[in-house]
Amino acid sequence: MSEAHAMTAHGADDRIEAFERARLGMWLFLASEVMFFAGFIGAYVVLRMANPHLAVAGQKELNWVLAALNTAVLICSSLTMVLGVNAISKGDRAKCRNMVLLTALLGSAFLVVKFFEYSGKFAHGIYPNTSTFFSCYFLMTGFHGLHVLGGIIALLLLLLGIKHYGPERYTKVENVGLYWHFVDIVWIFLFPIVYLL
Amino acid sequence: MSTEGHAGSAHAEPSFFRKYIWSTNHKTIGKQFLFTSFIFLGVAGFLILLVRWNLAHPGEPVPLIGKLLFGGSGAVPPEKFIFLTSMHGTLMIFFVIIPILVGAFGNFLIPLHVGTHDMAFPTLNALSYWLFWGACILIVIGIVMGFASPQDQDMAGWTLYPPLSAYAGPVMTWVLLAMIFVGFSSILGAVNYLTTIAKMRAPGLSWFRLPLTTWAQFITAVLQLLATPVLAAALTMLTFERVLGMNFFTPGGLELSGQPVGHSGGVPLLWQHIFWFYSHPAVYILVLPAMGMASDLLSVGARKAIFGYKAMVLSICAIAGLGFVVWAHHMFVSGMNPYLGMGFMISTMLIALPSSIKVFNWLGTLWRGQIRFDTPTLNAISFVAMFVIGGLSGIYMAATPVDIHLHDTYYIVAHFHYVVFGGSLFAVFGAVFFWFPKMFGRMMNETLGKIHWFLSFFFFNSAFFIMHVVGLAGHPRRYASIAFLEQTLGHMQWMNRMITYSAICLGLAQLVLIFNFFWSVFKGKKAEPNPWQANTLEWTVPSPAPEHNYHVVPTVHHGPYEYGAGNGKDWMSQVESAGAAPSSERH
Ligand code: HEM
Ligand SMILES: [Cu+2]
Repeated sequence: MSEAHAMTAHGADDRIEAFERARLGMWLFLASEVMFFAGFIGAYVVLRMANPHLAVAGQKELNWVLAALNTAVLICSSLTMVLGVNAISKGDRAKCRNMVLLTALLGSAFLVVKFFEYSGKFAHGIYPNTSTFFSCYFLMTGFHGLHVLGGIIALLLLLLGIKHYGPERYTKVENVGLYWHFVDIVWIFLFPIVYLL
Repeated sequence: MSTEGHAGSAHAEPSFFRKYIWSTNHKTIGKQFLFTSFIFLGVAGFLILLVRWNLAHPGEPVPLIGKLLFGGSGAVPPEKFIFLTSMHGTLMIFFVIIPILVGAFGNFLIPLHVGTHDMAFPTLNALSYWLFWGACILIVIGIVMGFASPQDQDMAGWTLYPPLSAYAGPVMTWVLLAMIFVGFSSILGAVNYLTTIAKMRAPGLSWFRLPLTTWAQFITAVLQLLATPVLAAALTMLTFERVLGMNFFTPGGLELSGQPVGHSGGVPLLWQHIFWFYSHPAVYILVLPAMGMASDLLSVGARKAIFGYKAMVLSICAIAGLGFVVWAHHMFVSGMNPYLGMGFMISTMLIALPSSIKVFNWLGTLWRGQIRFDTPTLNAISFVAMFVIGGLSGIYMAATPVDIHLHDTYYIVAHFHYVVFGGSLFAVFGAVFFWFPKMFGRMMNETLGKIHWFLSFFFFNSAFFIMHVVGLAGHPRRYASIAFLEQTLGHMQWMNRMITYSAICLGLAQLVLIFNFFWSVFKGKKAEPNPWQANTLEWTVPSPAPEHNYHVVPTVHHGPYEYGAGNGKDWMSQVESAGAAPSSERH
């Protein structure tokens, strides 16, 4: 309420401005997130170059099939997210709700697969302190997983408040969408450098 | 229009809690940052005086409080020495200078300078302050533990080099967590500042009509946004190395008191690269906002347009850009590839170019001005003078062969105190004095202000200049005892004493500032809207600035530095629509 004052004379203009601000804010936040993951990835590259044998041995233990499956899941979820944002901008709230729900489900599927992947590692006696390779592996995929979890929570919050959104105001939907794509893209980087190369 | 504004501020007077504690108003948050960091300034200053005491009188009990703090004879135990210096550095950088420059002045001034009612995301702004509070609590736990626990509370300097930092005592973990919180707080703040400046400028306020203070805040926010997350990543790794036994930084074969650590494959140099990739840009976070504020203070104080406005803006950008490619000048002796060192030596020297452009422009601004030697201007001039000294010593250290001798000596300590204390903190003194009326509606006392400035300037130099000398002679930093260097440094002990006594006086001089500050909050002379005859937008509203800053969005007609135009009035507010085009608008 504290923003209520003489400046808000033109409601519609204001809303557009607020929308643009929120979107810029999100982009900036994502820029900082990129740098955060860049820090991890940079460290991983350096540590791999210092210990090539650890990476060779470590990757043998990784399950790239599960990871490839997860990649597919996330790419699909990005698609459903786009469709959801598109639907709300056209005013189709029901479709948006379905799409957001689907995105959240796909995200959860990703985490379930991740869970099996991790427990498989633990079953083989592989832990974050096993070697620098696995330290990096758990660090990067773990933080990515946390970001997925955060994304799912944001999606669920969208679902809860879905009746507030419409073609005139869907800033939050759009921003959650941006965030979700970011999480997806991070994975698309992590998948090859951790599992394949 | 204005009636609506009144209605807006009259309805629902916010509760005490909403107004002073969980406030989303940028001015309140700014003041909260200011107070919090002043407290830490006191704490951090106190810690280093203990260090200095031990250097002046090695092994002698600290007068008055020694027994209370350390028990035993009351002397500083060598095991606590590194804790004291590290905590001092960490506090000063992350809990004093950054929060004052960015948190306090950034928050307070940006919305006022761009002519809007608040930050783009007020709730995020409050969150950023409260994350900072989380950090404060964590670091206080660290400080208390450091004093209270009998075991060694080693830390690893503010630079946290592993492997020491990975195996140091538990205080370290609290410090790491505290720094992660500060980092989050900074990132959220940066998102807010960038959005506000980019999207909420008043009509007519084009980019090149922004005051340099706000330009500097903008570029600083870019640095914060892009560099801080890298630090956060590094801190996270180090924390996990400590608590989860992950390994990133511990090399093979490391033993601790004869026990093998049992890790292999980690790369300690990796930490240094990541850390300095953040921390070199961070040293510009520590100075750019001060440069911006000093520019404004000098222009107002000299009653002249800032010399070379666009060059000033571009040099800020250049400093920030180059700041990302010089980090390894902190690592010349770390064993990295010498060819790499050569590249970093050149890029570091390049950064002196935009820095000197700024210095010449400040001098050009003062040249033939009608200088008012009031407290803000005196402090701003001191900023320039001290920055020159600090910048020059920087260039010596940038030369790899010279740095091999200077690295990790008191010469380095002298260098960065000239830029951070002599530079940034003097600009802060000036800025506090200058914007005080807009914050609290009263003026600070001018005589006390001048006394404080003089004492600070005098004792600052007598404390820190000599550090160049002992540093050149080889006095290492972070050493509790230099008894083993008796032959080379023994005859210089009087210098160390002089440094210490000056530092104590410097600390005491700050009492004048504290007294002046609080006395003026309650008893100072009531301030008019524009006590300094300054042009920028904040001076068009009453003092203190009202809840929503501007009743009507101001329309800006020209740049912020139209001073000395003549016609009996030597200034022209940014909102005045000028009939006669002022002289400095030439293109
Ligand atoms: C002309 C510009 C500057 C140059 C060429 C320069 C150069 C350097 C170099 C080469 C070092 C590393 C010395 C060593 O450890 O052996 C250094 C250290 C440092 N500089 Fe600067 N510097 C400049 C400006 C600044 C500014 C503006 C600040 C901060 C406001 C700053 C803060 C620091 C700090 C804090 C350290 C010490 C870090 C540590 O080891 O604890 N410098 N500088
Ligand atoms: Cu540096």
